Amino acid sequence: MNLLADGGSAAAVLPPSGAGRRRRGIGWAARLEIAALSGPAIIIFLTFVIFPVAMAAYYGFFSWKGYGRPTDFIGLRNYVVIFQDGLFIDALKHNAVIVVLSLVMQGPVAIGLALLLNKKMRGKSVIRVLIFVPYVISEVIVGTSWSLMLQTSGAVNDLLKSIGLGGFAHDWLSDPKIAIWSLMVIISWKYIGFAVLLFLAGLQGIPVELHEAASIDGASYWQIQRRITLPLLGPTVRIWAFLSIIGSLQLFDLVYIIWGQYIASTAGTSTMATYMVGNGRNSGNYGYGNAVAVVLFVISLVIALVYQRFVLRRDTEGALTEGKK
Amino acid sequence: MAATTLDAPTQGSRVHQDTPKHDWGSPTIYFIALLLVATMLAPVVYIILGGFRTNSQITNSPAGLPAPWVFGNYLNVLKGGVFWQEVLNSTITAVATTIGVVVLGLMASYVLARYRFRGRGAMYTLFAAGLMFPMTVAITPLYLMIKSLGLINTLPGLILPQIAFALPVTIIILVPFLRAIPDEIEEAASIDGCSRLGFFFRMVVPLSVPGVVTVGILAFIGSWNSYLLPLFVLNNEATYTLPLGVQAFASQYSVDTAKVLAFTSLSMIPALVFFSLFERRIVGGLTGAVKG
Repeated sequence: MNLLADGGSAAAVLPPSGAGRRRRGIGWAARLEIAALSGPAIIIFLTFVIFPVAMAAYYGFFSWKGYGRPTDFIGLRNYVVIFQDGLFIDALKHNAVIVVLSLVMQGPVAIGLALLLNKKMRGKSVIRVLIFVPYVISEVIVGTSWSLMLQTSGAVNDLLKSIGLGGFAHDWLSDPKIAIWSLMVIISWKYIGFAVLLFLAGLQGIPVELHEAASIDGASYWQIQRRITLPLLGPTVRIWAFLSIIGSLQLFDLVYIIWGQYIASTAGTSTMATYMVGNGRNSGNYGYGNAVAVVLFVISLVIALVYQRFVLRRDTEGALTEGKK
Repeated sequence: MAATTLDAPTQGSRVHQDTPKHDWGSPTIYFIALLLVATMLAPVVYIILGGFRTNSQITNSPAGLPAPWVFGNYLNVLKGGVFWQEVLNSTITAVATTIGVVVLGLMASYVLARYRFRGRGAMYTLFAAGLMFPMTVAITPLYLMIKSLGLINTLPGLILPQIAFALPVTIIILVPFLRAIPDEIEEAASIDGCSRLGFFFRMVVPLSVPGVVTVGILAFIGSWNSYLLPLFVLNNEATYTLPLGVQAFASQYSVDTAKVLAFTSLSMIPALVFFSLFERRIVGGLTGAVKG
């Protein structure tokens, strides 16, 4: 679940619902088994995930070029610089726009498509494979091909001219008024398959009897969808929204590939992550880059916690939790 | 799959199933579906067809069809060593990542699902918390870490972090799977003289295949497509994986659009094939994860 790796999950905060099982007491043999089985995973996880994240917090207090040990302790100055840098504030705003537009553009369409694909129709399985194609191909391929198509002399403008809509031809990528919309179209195209996939999985969990009962009572198809399906799909939608929000906050690949670190800020598509890479590693300021990473992390974490506290809590039997035994 | 199940059983329920059909009108559904598929596929088709054109064809009519069809771009890419080297690098990385994730994830999930011990909740929370640390946040210190381990420009420098970052998702998907194996099976096995480790290898591993396939595919595709980590770790073209290769190729031959398109479309084939083979499994596995 690559999608999940990009974001967080409800399960992060929810403790495992302990299966109240009868077990033998733990002997040394069992302890040894536990250590042997879980040890490798824990070691590799601590080394490559937890430790680097902790080090980011530490490096963020230094002015450091990445050579030797960081010695030039500057306290919070990196953080002050970050929030005084107009480019970072711009990036932050772009992230906010991307978060909102992703939800608004993908959510309704994806729910509609999931309902559609949940109906009985010929060729459904083929369609289901095909709409996931954009989700499966890599960001680099998506970025490369869309930037070729959206060039001023590219296929999109050519197509518009040939069907007599030449007036709509634009500089899709570098005009600051339009670039963010181009980005949103690309993002929606790329990730909507995942939303549909999640919703389809959620729809399969809705008992058929409810639909039967409602239609016996004379409810129309649309009434059933509105009164029964959508409310029951709620938990899945809220999980999807959560993943989408976190993913939008962390957005890097597509922007960096299509616009690069410099054009992204003039075209109005830069994100916190592209700012981090551009002003951190690419300019050799590792201390500063780590401070940006910390800011990015804290913002994501706060939003994730708030979301879980106020939105996901409603789902007592939430989606990605472990379920009740 | 409400509709499918609804449709099956009796004559009575067929009638109700028919009602929604009339509401929609079949042609409308198929029209929307067709429109949808066209939208999703158009850019992909553009890349593939573009590879069959010449640069002058592309310049004169960017959105046109190949006329005549040219196979030189694809043949050039296929004959060059760069493409195959990158396919090899990507394959090694993705396969090693997948195996590592599955093996380590299965072992840890087994402990979390079927042993009771103090600290189990803490261990689960530790891994679950990993979902809050996407690679984007950790990339700068991770890069420094990989550098200090001397793994820059090596494939293990990609594989190890990728395993680590895929573990949380893997464990979250696999734990419910393993927990769902009935205790009776374990008791029966234990009466038959099977140790707990024996039970793990003889019963748990075979029974968890559906979950394993799901996490394996997700890990494979994630690794195959990953961009940020290779961007930091690899700076020698000999170790490039396909995503970096596509980007390097695109900037190196920026005037030779046709060749770039050919290279790009060849590089997306493996992930597409892999995905279409296992699509059902992914949806099935996700359903398990979503519904617990």
